[in-house]
Amino acid sequence: MTFKRAIPAFVVAAGLLALAGRPGIAQEHAHETPEPPAQKWSFAGPFGKFDRGQLQRGFKVYREVCANCHSLSLVSFRNLFEKGGPEFTEAQAQTVAGEFKVKDGPNDQGEMFDRPGRLADHFPPPFPNEQAARVSNGGAYPPDLSVIAKARTYERGLARLPMDLVTQYQEQGVDYIVALLKGYEKTPADMQMAPGMMYNKYFPSHGIAMPPPISDGQVTFDDGSPATVDQYAKDVAAFLAWTAEPHLENRKQTGFVVMVFLIVLSGLLYFTKKRVWHDVHAHP
Amino acid sequence: MSGHATYQPQSGFMKWMERRLPIAGLVYSSFVAYPTPRNLNYWWTFGGILSVMLVIQIITGITLAMHYTPHVDLAFKSVESIMRDVNYGWLLRYVHANGASMFFAAAYIHMFRGMYYGSYKDPREVLWILGVILLLLMIATGFMGYVLPWGQMSFWAATVITNLFSAIPVVGESVVSWLWGGYSVGNPTLQRFYSLHYLLPFVIAGVVVLHVWALHVVGQNNPTGIDPKTDKDTVPFTPYATIKDSFFLALFFIVFSFFIFYMPNFMGHADNYIPANPAVTPSHIVPEWYYLPFYAILRAIPNKLLGVGALGASIVILAFLPWLDTSRVRSARYRPYFKQLFWVFVAVCIGLGWLGGKPAEGGYVIASRLLTAYYFAHFLIILPLLGIFEKTKPLPNSISESVLPPTTAGTR
Amino acid sequence: MTTASSAEPTRRDFLYIATGAVGAIGAASVLVPLIAQMNPDASTIAAGAPIDVDLAPIAEGQAIKVFWRGKPIYINHRTKKEIDEARNVDLATLPDPQPDSARVKEGHANFQVLIGICTHLGCIPLAHQGDFDGYFCPCHGSQYDTSGRIRRGPAPANLPLPPYEFVSDTKIRIG
Repeated sequence: MTFKRAIPAFVVAAGLLALAGRPGIAQEHAHETPEPPAQKWSFAGPFGKFDRGQLQRGFKVYREVCANCHSLSLVSFRNLFEKGGPEFTEAQAQTVAGEFKVKDGPNDQGEMFDRPGRLADHFPPPFPNEQAARVSNGGAYPPDLSVIAKARTYERGLARLPMDLVTQYQEQGVDYIVALLKGYEKTPADMQMAPGMMYNKYFPSHGIAMPPPISDGQVTFDDGSPATVDQYAKDVAAFLAWTAEPHLENRKQTGFVVMVFLIVLSGLLYFTKKRVWHDVHAHP
Repeated sequence: MSGHATYQPQSGFMKWMERRLPIAGLVYSSFVAYPTPRNLNYWWTFGGILSVMLVIQIITGITLAMHYTPHVDLAFKSVESIMRDVNYGWLLRYVHANGASMFFAAAYIHMFRGMYYGSYKDPREVLWILGVILLLLMIATGFMGYVLPWGQMSFWAATVITNLFSAIPVVGESVVSWLWGGYSVGNPTLQRFYSLHYLLPFVIAGVVVLHVWALHVVGQNNPTGIDPKTDKDTVPFTPYATIKDSFFLALFFIVFSFFIFYMPNFMGHADNYIPANPAVTPSHIVPEWYYLPFYAILRAIPNKLLGVGALGASIVILAFLPWLDTSRVRSARYRPYFKQLFWVFVAVCIGLGWLGGKPAEGGYVIASRLLTAYYFAHFLIILPLLGIFEKTKPLPNSISESVLPPTTAGTR
Repeated sequence: MTTASSAEPTRRDFLYIATGAVGAIGAASVLVPLIAQMNPDASTIAAGAPIDVDLAPIAEGQAIKVFWRGKPIYINHRTKKEIDEARNVDLATLPDPQPDSARVKEGHANFQVLIGICTHLGCIPLAHQGDFDGYFCPCHGSQYDTSGRIRRGPAPANLPLPPYEFVSDTKIRIG
């Protein structure tokens, strides 16, 4: 089939689209939400792996800061020592679990009771229910963070799609988390913030109910990493990337084996096909 | 070339069996000796690829169903527990989710191939219509499957798409309430969608059998569009078509695996990782990419009933293609104008897809209207007139003549 | 089609065999996740961790039922009479001979801990019932004694014992 003829057709269609699409694209907005800057991540790309130290630091930030308001309900304590994650020791995970109070019951007296967490337990929520969370947070509901890194994104557009496929760029959500944590600024003079709302450069519509959650020096790292908001933001975002996709390493490693296998199989099938069809082409 | 021999049972048992249930003979005549035109190109491998995709979707779907819970409070969690705790659960789910996209991609290529080479024309009208029915079933199945994870996009897709039926005059509201099993999308809706999502693939499999049956009655079309005349024009299905299909299937799997293992969420929406919340609509709601052209057509029309009507018509019109295309020549190879207009049509479909993902405002709406008008004009104006006025190129005398150098053609 | 058949393997045969073999490996690998997904998942395995049971509230002559890995575990605080009955049996007469001492922890003969699943077809026997004061399975009439040993009926073996240990005199850890 000749594709050459199709090229002018594509050009015409593309031109038509471009022409028609212009007014929509050129919309101006007084306070554009800037694009979160792309960070370098150890887990990006086809051979990406989590940085254990970073995940452990990120967990510390989550636990000491985020966990006060945000649940992590899909993650279990046992995940902390499972392969492909922060890879704490089982004893460390056990200690962490023991420090959380988990609601259990009813007991023989018919009452619910708190007991220390076990490895099999999920992280308990900081508030008993959504309404309680709202009351404590000025009406806003702090979202669960388990899959937040996959649940946030920003528009990349058709133009960047081919390059995103080549570079396997899929860290929009993680980049956004970093940007958001660092994106608190003074409210611009021409903007009105509703009471209790903070201005954040990267938050859609800019008015965010979460006050700046973290400041320099708030969390102390044991491995000598800088105690800065920049470092906290990256570490906790990486930690949330892992909670959102705990089998990422296994997935990418399996993918490599599968790809090599399929390429070998395709090669063999190609030559077998040539061989089988040889007679048809040679002796009609 | 070996002749297309009939099945001769070798062992005593097979002879005994063949007189009672001639299944080996059926398989042999359908998938071994079955004559295929010798000049089929790689665009013809997508039929086989689609069969494999259907099997993959059914198998991964059945395994996922072993771990999924169709309840509004548990659906999202159960999907996440598949992703986290079930052995290879992440793999099964990503195969199934990306498999839907790959299934549709293959189906669209398969359809465009049929359009380019005029595979819908006499005597293949029923074969083509069965294909349109398969597309409709796939759309329904894919939609209901997308609802099951019960994320924000699931919930609002269910709400928006079921609301399409409220456009039906008089009984619309009752129909929607019947679809929901309540006053809004809720647990009864999720449960029935789950049930139907499990059922429909088997209906698809049944219609596929009819589709293949119809194919084997009339034989495959081929890039020249002319019928095979002698044995020289065909080769047996096995090993020729099977090995060719296998090779291209392996290449197709490379693309498929790229998405599964490296970009598993590329074709999904971030919003669907937010649990369904009936109180908040996502700011930008769009369907999966494979519905975008139809979605653009729906939004192009400012009237609710007409919009829904246009959406339906854009699919149903395909069933009338065999009669809307008045040309006697099947293949675009010998139809110089049709060939160009075919590619314009492809570009229009892609353009509609792009517009379907854009907000319904300003220039996008105008562009959607233009392209929607062109989409229907292609079927209702261009194709009927083109068949009458187009001067086609001379057809070759036989398939072998078209593929072989002149010196060897006709000699053996 | 030319079919030059010969006993010698040709390059073509090698190609076909190699392709077939690689394809077969692929097909077999696909079965691994499809089969493995039905095995207990990570949360189920984690939930099967050992459990602690406090024995202090169990009065003499009382049997309680707790669940571990979805199995009912009987903890029977045996009376002197029950222990004597279990010990004064001619082992030769038993279908599945096993001394009572092998079925309790040393020094804790008063506590009988066993998995309450009939070895016949998986029903739960009733405690303190039947002709031997032990367990009686209502499904098909198997009779167990105060040590949980099969005495009569279709069950082929004694009631199995879970892995457990005494962490203190009044507390056991099952698992």
